[in-house]
Amino acid sequence: MSMESHRGVWIFLEQNHGEMAPVSWELAGAGRRIADKLDTELAGVLLGDNVEDLAKQAFAYGFDKVYLVEDGALKDYRNIPYTKAVSMLVEKYKPEIFLLGATTMGRDLAGAVATEVQTGLTADCTELEVEEDTRLLHAVRPTFGGKLMATIICDVLRPQMATVRPRVMAAPEQQEGRTGEIIREALPMKEEDIVVKVLGYIQENVKTANLDEAEIIVAGGKGIGEAKNFKLVEDLAEVLGGTVAASRAAVDAGWIGHEYQVGQTGVTVRPKIYIAIGISGAIQHLVGMQTSEVIIAINKDPEAPIFKTATYGIVGDLQEIVPALTEELRKRLAGESTTEGVEVASN
Amino acid sequence: MHVVVCIKQVPDTTEVRIDPKTNTLVRAGVPSIMNPYDIHAVEEAVRIKEQVGGKVTVITMGPPAAVQVLKEAVSLGADETVLVTDRVFAASDTFATSYVLASTIQKIAGSEPVDLIFAGKQAIDGDTAQTGPGIAQRMNLPLLTYVEKVRSIDVENKKIVVERRLEGSKQIVESTLPALLTVEKEINDVRYATLPNLIKAATHNPKAWDHTVIEADRTKVGLKGSPTRVGRSFVQQLTNEPGEIIEGTPQEAVVSLVDKLFAEGHLVADR
Amino acid sequence: MSEERFDVIVVGAGPAGLAAAYTMAQAGLEVIVIERGDYPGAKNVMGGVVYRRPTEDVFPDFWQGKSSPVERNIVKQSLWLMNKDAAFSIGYGSAQFKAEEGYNAFTVLRAKFDQWMAAQVEEAGAIIINETTVTDLIMEHGKVVGVRTSRDDGDLYADLVIVAQGVNNLLVQQVGLGVDLKASQAAVAVKEIIALPTGVIEDRFNLEKGEGATIELVGESTMGLTGTAFIYTNKDSLSIGAGALVSQVQQKGVNPNDILENLKEHPMVKPLIAGGETKEYMAHLIPEGGYHAMPKVYADGVMVVGDAAQMVNGMHREGSNLAITSGKLAGLTAIEAKERGDYSSKTLSRYQQRLEESFVLKDLKKYRNLSHFIDDNTHLFTEYPEMVLAASHELMTVDGTPKGDKFKAMFDMVKSKRSLWQITTDLYKGWRAVK
Ligand SMILES: Cc1cc2nc3c(=O)[nH]c(=O)nc-3n(C[C@H](O)[C@H](O)[C@H](O)COP(=O)(O)OP(=O)(O)OC[C@H]3O[C@@H](n4cnc5c(N)ncnc54)[C@H](O)[C@@H]3O)c2cc1C
Ligand SMILES: Cc1cc2nc3c(=O)[nH]c(=O)nc-3n(C[C@H](O)[C@H](O)[C@H](O)COP(=O)(O)OP(=O)(O)OC[C@H]3O[C@@H](n4cnc5c(N)ncnc54)[C@H](O)[C@@H]3O)c2cc1C
Ligand SMILES: Nc1ncnc2c1ncn2[C@@H]1O[C@H](COP(=O)(O)O)[C@@H](O)[C@H]1O
Repeated sequence: MSMESHRGVWIFLEQNHGEMAPVSWELAGAGRRIADKLDTELAGVLLGDNVEDLAKQAFAYGFDKVYLVEDGALKDYRNIPYTKAVSMLVEKYKPEIFLLGATTMGRDLAGAVATEVQTGLTADCTELEVEEDTRLLHAVRPTFGGKLMATIICDVLRPQMATVRPRVMAAPEQQEGRTGEIIREALPMKEEDIVVKVLGYIQENVKTANLDEAEIIVAGGKGIGEAKNFKLVEDLAEVLGGTVAASRAAVDAGWIGHEYQVGQTGVTVRPKIYIAIGISGAIQHLVGMQTSEVIIAINKDPEAPIFKTATYGIVGDLQEIVPALTEELRKRLAGESTTEGVEVASN
Repeated sequence: MHVVVCIKQVPDTTEVRIDPKTNTLVRAGVPSIMNPYDIHAVEEAVRIKEQVGGKVTVITMGPPAAVQVLKEAVSLGADETVLVTDRVFAASDTFATSYVLASTIQKIAGSEPVDLIFAGKQAIDGDTAQTGPGIAQRMNLPLLTYVEKVRSIDVENKKIVVERRLEGSKQIVESTLPALLTVEKEINDVRYATLPNLIKAATHNPKAWDHTVIEADRTKVGLKGSPTRVGRSFVQQLTNEPGEIIEGTPQEAVVSLVDKLFAEGHLVADR
Repeated sequence: MSEERFDVIVVGAGPAGLAAAYTMAQAGLEVIVIERGDYPGAKNVMGGVVYRRPTEDVFPDFWQGKSSPVERNIVKQSLWLMNKDAAFSIGYGSAQFKAEEGYNAFTVLRAKFDQWMAAQVEEAGAIIINETTVTDLIMEHGKVVGVRTSRDDGDLYADLVIVAQGVNNLLVQQVGLGVDLKASQAAVAVKEIIALPTGVIEDRFNLEKGEGATIELVGESTMGLTGTAFIYTNKDSLSIGAGALVSQVQQKGVNPNDILENLKEHPMVKPLIAGGETKEYMAHLIPEGGYHAMPKVYADGVMVVGDAAQMVNGMHREGSNLAITSGKLAGLTAIEAKERGDYSSKTLSRYQQRLEESFVLKDLKKYRNLSHFIDDNTHLFTEYPEMVLAASHELMTVDGTPKGDKFKAMFDMVKSKRSLWQITTDLYKGWRAVK
């Protein structure tokens, strides 16, 4: 394979019935950086039914081009037509690097496309680097349940493909008025040829959605000691108008449901304020919250690793500190007025 | 209904440790287990067999010691097993692995048509979730990933309806058979093995196939056939700067923390 | 129910059951062993001394080679009499134990030892089924014909069942061969495995590479309760444990765990385990009833081996050797039964005979009254150690007192604790009990 013929950084723009998956925009930042380093263009791949508006949004996020395939058969995600369309684009336009979000859709699609276009694929990455001279993508990913990080490269085949875990990267600012080129292609198959049919959806109100979007998170760990003490965490969260969360040890102890777990095997969060109460700061927890803007740790052990990551730490017994903090915040947030609640300052 | 299940033997990652001095994985003494998702895949295959009749064949690509997980599969109700084992397979990535497994299934299908293939959602050692999609694509079969429920199987018309997990919702899809499904743990509760199955497993001898049996091209397997390479591996380090410890009595510390949060504009009072 | 039929079902994959299974499988019998643990040895506990001869008799050369399950060859053994802050130690070590011909006993860890034996058993052709509990023996016309297990479709039939289920001998009771253990007939033991580097162990116990030592501790080591404690050296860990009669633990309201914690804090013990990390904690019962508490060991279609038949010699911390030997003897009897095609109690009575001819019943008979003696004489675990220690302290302390006075002081002290008459009686009774 002549690798020189492959140029451009591609990102799969994952949309679901017209709604863009946040990971696509998160990837735009990394994609732009890599494209600039390689002195090449950043392109999005957008499939769906009537989704052209999203292509325009993509330009604001820094894309130079969007490859757009619109067809009724692409309204719902299905592996067969999506694989067909994306593989066709890859074979025709030959990107050098192709990134997808490590969502259920992204992973389903990436595995099939990589096999179809015969290239290597790195799953569920948390970091991306590129080497300018060799133009190799270094995709960093956790293995063995997060105990070890490995850098994976694909040196002989193109494109270099990777899926990237949601919420580990920050979406760039939108640049209003930025434009780019839309390249349209037709879906190379007909609905009749697609043997999989979507019969419907079951919507669920998943509580984790809150955790994803929460601007303030108050998380409790094993140090909470017992189920009833979780009230301390809830009270503080309530005063701040934030959401509660937990470490795995607290979840395993049964004090709170698994959907509240932050970390490697839970949710990755990046709120403006993250308060860790009685959490030691095991690496598997930290990777799920370390990009929070302000991290506050309350722990009685001054050696607890959480203090190495925290913006502010208080060493002491949470039984004393948390109620005091809740009370203090209650007073201060009320200001002169009597109304409760809080706004997060936008910065 | 002939169901083939792909299972993998993996180190129990909850027991894997990192040597703090060398930053390498300590695998010695770590027990090997059947990949937890694959146990559910075997269970689902056996349930389908019980429901509509047929046969369950379980395959794994791995070292000779992987017979252990095949025996476990028999204890769960599998009928036949194949260990695909060959030195040339060593160091295969998911691209090469899916080639080996697809070739194996094709070989099996040669003597007895395959109606359904199961794999786990992902393997806990690599967590790639790529092997299933890879096999489906190579065999040109419909792929249904993250399946949480098999709603119905229509043997006569060769159709299956499943529920797939997506972020925040589930998708209900119908597919023709044969198809490849990767399963979540939610798909079923694994039942305890029965005594007759345990006895059968204890005396079971899996077939062992090498690359010649499955007619695999040597250049497409192992290191040669794997487009990805593992570069550096390391233990996660954090990028954050260590922060400030706020001293004082609990009350003082709390007040000074709240002062800072307001002063830096992280919080504003509600007026 | 399984279509599969076996000659013999063995309940329990401890030393007794595995020795029986191995003996039978080697002779070509169709044998299945049912074990309730995740794997043989998963939850089994012992201090950890196995004796070479009886074990070798079933598993030749078990102590040799790379895959050998033994930890260390024991070259010296000591007995400590303890009070709160001191220990009086008597020890025996011999160069003979160091030479291969003289190897006498080894330390083992059960998880490894039992798995090793299980591997031999499987290699010999028997089947071992783990994670399966035998809940009942199936009886037909007064004969044991199979077992019921916790599994679905869990009934299994065979010509013969060997019960090797250890100290909790519910199945033995179920077929009316024995009765429930009394609290005075069992000791509860707790044990920890404490990791230490090999070199550190060898330094602290003054051992050469690969050699091992054992210490038995009496007195304060069990907080005065009837029982003993032990510290054994493994390759890179120590086994430390203590056991006391259930009846006493109940009476005095002591938590067995506190006994072990107390022991670990003892000033003479603490330095031995210092810096070690506790890897495992476990608790188990030891049958202590001895000969008098033994059930009938055979009936139509069934034999009982090892702890399930109370075959433990508490005095010499022997259990595994009796278990292995009884397992083998039952196995030999089963082979005969198979040859004759007769599994009636008449044929199986040969097992009883074999036990009587062997050290198993000879030893158990010899010590048959010891447990009563000890039970009635708890001062053995309180006053005697105190006495010896006080006397030793007096003797060892150089303070200018003439030696003659020292001996007098010692003698007075001894008399003040227990009269000479009492001491003489104790000695006589003790001698009678082991005679
Ligand atoms: C494969 C794998 C995946 C994992 N995934 C995750 C994951 O997604 N999320 C996750 O969180 N963990 C995960 N873990 C587990 C992780 O390694 C830690 O075990 C876990 O995060 C520890 O939780 P903790 O900090 O609450 O508990 P501990 O480590 O027990 O810490 C409790 C802390 O509370 C402090 N404390 C105790 N009492 C008080 C008091 N009165 N006042 C103040 N402080 C007190 C203690 O000093 C201590 O620092 C994973 C582990 C593995 C192996
Ligand atoms: C703390 C302690 C220290 C000891 N130290 C020594 C020592 O140093 N030297 C020595 O020789 N002896 C020692 N012993 C005694 C020795 O451990 C026993 O005598 C010996 O293990 C008896 O072997 P066994 O096979 O009869 O029973 P066990 O070893 O108890 O084996 C019984 C097996 O049966 C299984 N089982 C039980 N019930 C069922 C069921 N219903 N269905 C299926 N499986 C079942 C159990 O899981 C177990 O694996 C010690 C004991 C203890 C507790
Ligand atoms: N070596 C293998 N042999 C058989 N099946 C495998 C093998 N590797 C992966 N699989 C299957 O593919 C699934 C996903 O694995 P992975 O892509 O490694 O996360 C597993 O759950 C197995 O069902």
